[in-house]
Amino acid sequence: MKTRLSDYYEKGIKYLLGLIAGTSILILFLIFFLLFREGIGAFHYVGVLDFIFGTKWLPVSEPPHFGALPMIIGSIIVTLGAGIIAIPAGIGIAVYLAEVAPRSVREIAKAVIELLAGIPSVVYGFLGLTVLAPIIKDLLDLPSALTAFTAALVLAIMALPTVVSISEDALDAVPREYREASLALGATKWETTVKIVLPSARSGLMAASMLGLGRAVGETMAVLMVAGNAMIIPHSIFDPVRTITANIAAEMGETVQGGLHYQALFGLGIILFTITFVINLITDLIFTKTSSVKRGASL
Amino acid sequence: MKMLKGGYMGNKNKMETRNLNLYYKGFQALINVSLPIKENTVTALIGPSGCGKSTFLRTLNRMNDVIDGTRIEGEVLLDNDSIYDVGVDPVVLRKKVGMVFQRPNPFPMSIYDNIAYGPRIHGHKKKDTLNEIVENSLRAAALWDEVKDRLHKSALGLSGGQQQRLVIARVLAVDPQVILMDEPASALDPISTAKLEDLIHQLKSNYTIVIVTHNMQQAARVSDFTGFFLNGEMIEYDVTNTIFTAPRIKRTEDYITGRFG
Repeated sequence: MKTRLSDYYEKGIKYLLGLIAGTSILILFLIFFLLFREGIGAFHYVGVLDFIFGTKWLPVSEPPHFGALPMIIGSIIVTLGAGIIAIPAGIGIAVYLAEVAPRSVREIAKAVIELLAGIPSVVYGFLGLTVLAPIIKDLLDLPSALTAFTAALVLAIMALPTVVSISEDALDAVPREYREASLALGATKWETTVKIVLPSARSGLMAASMLGLGRAVGETMAVLMVAGNAMIIPHSIFDPVRTITANIAAEMGETVQGGLHYQALFGLGIILFTITFVINLITDLIFTKTSSVKRGASL
Repeated sequence: MKMLKGGYMGNKNKMETRNLNLYYKGFQALINVSLPIKENTVTALIGPSGCGKSTFLRTLNRMNDVIDGTRIEGEVLLDNDSIYDVGVDPVVLRKKVGMVFQRPNPFPMSIYDNIAYGPRIHGHKKKDTLNEIVENSLRAAALWDEVKDRLHKSALGLSGGQQQRLVIARVLAVDPQVILMDEPASALDPISTAKLEDLIHQLKSNYTIVIVTHNMQQAARVSDFTGFFLNGEMIEYDVTNTIFTAPRIKRTEDYITGRFG
């Protein structure tokens, strides 16, 4: 009697969890479906290749032009720039915290860094606009301080907590046995860190980097405030750019629901979705590859 | 055979501790331990869990340095020089005094790279030299025939016993004089354990070995000298045969006959 009851209980939990998991997948598909339903019209009107590679974005001219290339390049430059700054810096900080810092410093620093992740992005944008931008303008003697570089820097600062926190977890998860074995062979602490700990934590560090990039590519508010928003193809990192996200946020208010402009913005959404999807897919492939090697090897 | 073991008494002291005390954050883990370690012999350290035998082992290559809050008094000598002198670099010391841990801990890389890791950090770059060191080390650890066709496959694919012999080969590759083993067979099955014990016998002619073990039969089988530890003190040290057949001290006898521990 009692066992049968607990049987139902087990089954109930199983289906409940299955339902929750299924719902999240369903929501993902609904988002995907909505994006395509709303945006497909723009691809029809302009043509997929012209939409992606067109260089003019003039939604209110007659006839309107919808070429997303300046924004795609803008997003890529800003994201890559942020990654180039945030990934090495973040991993460096994580190495310090995990391998060098005394325990007390590590606990405090980690808590503070994780707190940084909770600051709203508009605050970062505001600080970037009022503090960082003037400094960059003076230091580099630029005509305008609002450039791809400024945006990349602000995004890097925003992505840093993610990169540091996940990298530190990955380094911390490297078994103590590896470190001891290396030290016992007469390796210095530095050799142990570089040759044993970092390679062992490789997949975790990769995940940290990708999540950092993911945060950077999807960020809207801060970028809108500091990137300069010029709809041009930038010639250098010190030109102003407009990213996909910033453009959607800036123009969505002016559109008529269901109109061509509205559809074009959803078209941009599809492109952004594809970019992040590809980033995630790559991460996933790297992960399953490395983890299956490990799993296969331990058999 | 048993007569022979007594014969190692004349070997010189490769290492020696004198009145060694170790404190860990106010707790005294080792109390006045004085112990000789004879060259080209196997010295076994036995005793119940928490008696300080592993801690003692780790003082011999300064692995306790890594742990915050440890403090040491007394002397630890290698070839009559103190290894805790200010001028001694623990990194150089650990090259001479290698260590094998309780659980096999190969690095997550290929078999070849595991063995070549030590020589590489100590400056060997030439491929020929490295190939030679890898082969010789694996042969010395009685693993060459089992792995020679898969040198570039992951070391994590080996069985536990193979992994432990790989770890020993990795230690041999840096050409140590003393090898410390911290319960090296505790995670192995009986067949792997037997292989490991054979290996220890063979290594004795070229190296000085100190082995911590829970298993008293193992201590009796592999060692020439045995030290019995209890609560941080070394209670009795003697030729292994004497310890196991005619211990002088009651507590040693009680432990060996299984009355506690």
